[in-house]
This record gives sequence, structure tokens and C-alpha cells, in this order.
Amino acid sequence: MDSEQKKSRRELLKAGAALAGGITMGAVGKANAQHDHAPTPGSENASPMIHGSKEQIEYGQRSKYVTSVRVQHPIGGRPSPDVFGKVFHVATPLQDSVGVITPSSLHYIATTRGSFLPDVDPKQHTLTIHGEVDRPLTLSMDDLRRFPSVTRLHFIECAGNRHNGKQRNVQDTHGMTSCSEWTGVLLSTLLKECGLKSNAKWFVAEGAEEVKGASSIPIAKGMDDCIIAYGQNGEPLRPQQGFPVRIMVPGFEGIFHTKFLRRIKVTKEFYMNYNEFGHLRPEDKELALGDQIGPKSVITYPSGTQRLPGPGLYEISGLAWSGGGAVKTVEVSTDGGKSWNRAQFKNTPQRMAHVRFAYPWKWDGTETTIMSRTTDDIGQRQALREEIANWWKVPFERDYRVPGLDNSIMPWKITKDGSVSNGLA
Amino acid sequence: MASLKFINTIGVVAIPLLLGSLLASPAIAQSPTYGVGRTPTAEELRRMDISIGFAGEELPPGRGTAKEGAQVYMQKACVGCHGVGGIGGLAPILRSKQDAAPDVSVWKRERILPLRAPNATIVWDFINRGMPVGLEGTLKPDEVYALTAYLLFLNKVIPEDQVLTRENLPKVKMPIGDHYGKPHEFKVNAPRLQGYPY
Repeated sequence: MDSEQKKSRRELLKAGAALAGGITMGAVGKANAQHDHAPTPGSENASPMIHGSKEQIEYGQRSKYVTSVRVQHPIGGRPSPDVFGKVFHVATPLQDSVGVITPSSLHYIATTRGSFLPDVDPKQHTLTIHGEVDRPLTLSMDDLRRFPSVTRLHFIECAGNRHNGKQRNVQDTHGMTSCSEWTGVLLSTLLKECGLKSNAKWFVAEGAEEVKGASSIPIAKGMDDCIIAYGQNGEPLRPQQGFPVRIMVPGFEGIFHTKFLRRIKVTKEFYMNYNEFGHLRPEDKELALGDQIGPKSVITYPSGTQRLPGPGLYEISGLAWSGGGAVKTVEVSTDGGKSWNRAQFKNTPQRMAHVRFAYPWKWDGTETTIMSRTTDDIGQRQALREEIANWWKVPFERDYRVPGLDNSIMPWKITKDGSVSNGLA
Repeated sequence: MASLKFINTIGVVAIPLLLGSLLASPAIAQSPTYGVGRTPTAEELRRMDISIGFAGEELPPGRGTAKEGAQVYMQKACVGCHGVGGIGGLAPILRSKQDAAPDVSVWKRERILPLRAPNATIVWDFINRGMPVGLEGTLKPDEVYALTAYLLFLNKVIPEDQVLTRENLPKVKMPIGDHYGKPHEFKVNAPRLQGYPY
């Protein structure tokens, strides 16, 4: 391109930009003119701009009008940070969620005992696998990326994610679960490289944070679907999610998903770490309900503290998941559990992942209770609290504690004025 | 690792070189299929392996009594967070508030590690890895034995004059006895509990 051509091209672009700008301004002015509270037509302030800062260019931020945030869990419980500066439990704002991916910055947080957030240098950090293996192995974070990787959608849920009548919204009742796309190496790939000895039955996964949080996991689970994950939602893990590497134990309680993973010790027998001490129960049966999360669902819209503006058509929407496999069905009741209607899925259900469900509903303006229930592909189903108490042959009381993780049905009450509140209250 | 990268590009010719480096350095490439990583040294593993099983095989040599533990409890400022005698601080209580008769089930008492743990080795493990806050991992084995003895004494699990060692710590009789749920065998694609529909 010679200089003459360049010049004419520049002029053309300039003219085009002015023309485009003029059209846009005109259109905005016109639209605003029809609106009572609009600025003066043609005003330069008609369309405010987000300043093109270095930060906005380098790592984008959400709109200032989007204000959804995490909060400590449970409300009135141990604060995060606490008096020592430790973080314990922080819940995801599910009431504002759309789709199934939780933004990494809104993923729920839980820690062993409450712990400081370690600032781990990935260049210094290593993962060591030892114990009942033929070849112990120490891997750098660069080493880890040389193994074939998998990318999978998985939820994590904290055992503390229990609902009761005192909570106000779905962040309080169910906010201790989140779902991300995780990328990493299958643990089975690494264990095969190390050569499992025939007596390997369990492994202890240990973190590098100051309390060195550790959990015992069955080797059968490790060989099935555990992921040594370094990626979350298309980028490296966030520090609050275990940067530079964590273990994903799909479908198991959150505490098993050891963050800042530094060591895997393969063992012949069960090791009781502090985490397992927390899981101690008198009976084998109740203990068994504490590892793998049962089938569970909750309506996120409309949910506690939200308000329907008036009678009309609404899309009831929520999340369903199971620690045993993929969600098979979700049903929604809009009459307090008398009748149930099949909900539709907004994404393809995957193993141990949230699925977004929806059910179109015409609200006639009368008081009612809405709720959802789910089944999974290994034949488990979500039940009412009363049903669970009956199965255990214990009297059902208001403060009944569901054994293991609480996966019971969650009702939301809608009053005539459209306000939504906790149906367990 | 460098040696294996070399063999990957040069091939068989590099084998003598590889053998040379195997002999020269303990940090050899071990991963057979992908040829990455290195073998941790025995010393590295010894320092890193802080998991103490029920049998206490990983316990380091050492000893301690409740009296010594009471001193460590003051010196290491445990008292600042956990309170005098394990009660009254901001951190979790370490001694049962109930002066319960020995026949009261441990399940009906507070969830206190040195009281409810099925094995004293777990108490040792957690003090060693997780305490004191901000200085985790700095206690010497004797101090951990002493603190363990002190907390077990406070909860009336062992007498004040008992010397805890690597040998007798795993044998301490804990109040819970064998009365606690044991982990079931995990099976892929199986319900949480056989016969439980939810």
C-alpha cells in the first residue's frame, strides 16, 4: 500500500467513525426522548462510559451495577475473616446465579479448622506421591502439565450446607455449593506412573497451608475419577480454591477436595486425620452418608427474600446435582407438594455437576409453596425431611437433623403480595 | 529429568549418559511412561510425612508428661487462645466442661479432640501439624508428646505421671473405645448406603 492509498484509507475510516458515531448518538437521543427521566436529547452524558483503565483492559471487571457478593456462612456463625484473620465458611450468592458455572471469584470457600490463605509460589511448590507405591514421585507444577489432561464440570459442596427454618435466602440455605469447569490430570494417571502396590487401599491427600489439612480417600475413588486440578474456568485455580493445585474428589463432601495439594500418601489402611475426626459418628450407617453427597436440588428463582411483581407467567429456575452420578430427572411442585411436574434441563446433565432446570409457571396470585426434587442415574432420589425421618424410624420434629449431608427438599413460600420466604420457617 | 528429556530427542545413543546421571544423582526421572518428575529422597519423605496412623509407625522418638505439657502450654502461649486449663479462650475448648461419670458416653459430651478421638495418635498428629497458630510445625517431638499428655490428663484419659512415648502413645485407651462408625467400602456408581433410597 503506498502512502497516498494509506492517507485516503485513513480519511475514509475517520469519516466512517464520525458517521457511525452520529447514527448511534441520534438513536440514543431518540430512544431517550421517549423516556420520562432521560437526560436532554443529544446530551454528551446520554451514554456514560466505563473508563478504559489498564485494569479493565488487562483483567476485566463486572459492571458496577452487578453487586452480588459472597457472605459468611452461616449467618451469625463464625465470621470470615475471624479474630485471627482466618477464613472459615463463605457462601456463594446462588440467588443471582444463571447457568451452571459459578464465577471463580464467587465460588464458596471453606477451610480445615479455619485457615490463612497461603500465597504459594508455583515455582517452589511440588506434589509428592509416596507410601504403598513402587516408585515414589515428586512433581513440579511444570511436570504436572506434561501429563495428559482432562477438563470436566464438577460441583463441590460443603457438609455445612444445611437448610433450616431460620435462614432467609438461598445463599444461606444452599450457598455452600458451587460448580466450575476443572482442568487437570486424572489421579489414576499419576498412580499408574507410581505403580500401586496390591495392598494400597486408601490415600491421604494433604495441603500445604499452615494447618496442613488432610483427608483420607478410598483408593477406588482415586482410581475412578479424582482429578489433580490446576485449572478452573479457563485459568489457573484461584488462591481461595487451592492455587496452584488441588484434588477434585467428584461428588464427595468439599473437605475431601484438598487445596494447595502437596502430598499424597498411599496407605494400607484408613488414616484418621483431623478432618475425619470431624466426621466421626456413632454408627457406620450415618458415617456412610457423610462421604458421597446425595441427590439434591433447590429453586434459586423465585427464592427467599425475592418478590414476584404480580400474577403472571414465570420461569421457575434452579440447580440440581448428585454426588453419586448425573442428575436424571427434576420435578417441580407449585402446590406445596400435592402434584409434581417434570422440569426441563438447560444444559446436559453430567456426572457430579450442577444442572440448571426450569419450569414455566403461571402464578394466579394466590398463596402457595413451591419446591423441587431430583433423582440421579444410580437410583437415588431426593426426599422430604419427613420421609427421611420415617425411614430412620425416628419421630419427625421441626428441628429434625437429616443424617449425613442434608439433601432434603427445600420449600419456598409465596404470599399473595408476591413475597418469597423460607418454607421451613 | 534433564537426562530423560535428552533420551527423548537423541534416542538410544543417550543411554550411557542416562546411566551416568542415574549413578551421580538421587534425583532421577522415575515416571516410566511420561518421563517426568523425580524420586524424592528418603530424608525428604521423612521430613514431609507427618501423617500418623493408628499404629503410630511414623511417630518420631520422644517423650513427655502432663506436668511438662502444662509448662509447654504456657511457654508456647497455647493458654492465650485456649484458656487456662483448656477452657475460656477464643479458640475451641480442650477440656470437657462436664465432670461426667466415666460411664457417660463420650457421644453425649463435647466434641473435644483429646477426649473423643479414637486414638491418641490423632491428638499428637494434629498438635504437631496444626499448632500453635502462626507457628505450625515448629514444636519439637518432646513438646508434642508433653502437650498430648497434658490434654489427655486434663480430660482424665491418662494419669498425670504417665510418660508418653512413641511406643505407648498408640496404646492409650481412649474413652470412645471401639464404639464409633467405621468407614464402609466405597464402590463406584453405588448408592451412599445400601438400601437407603435418598
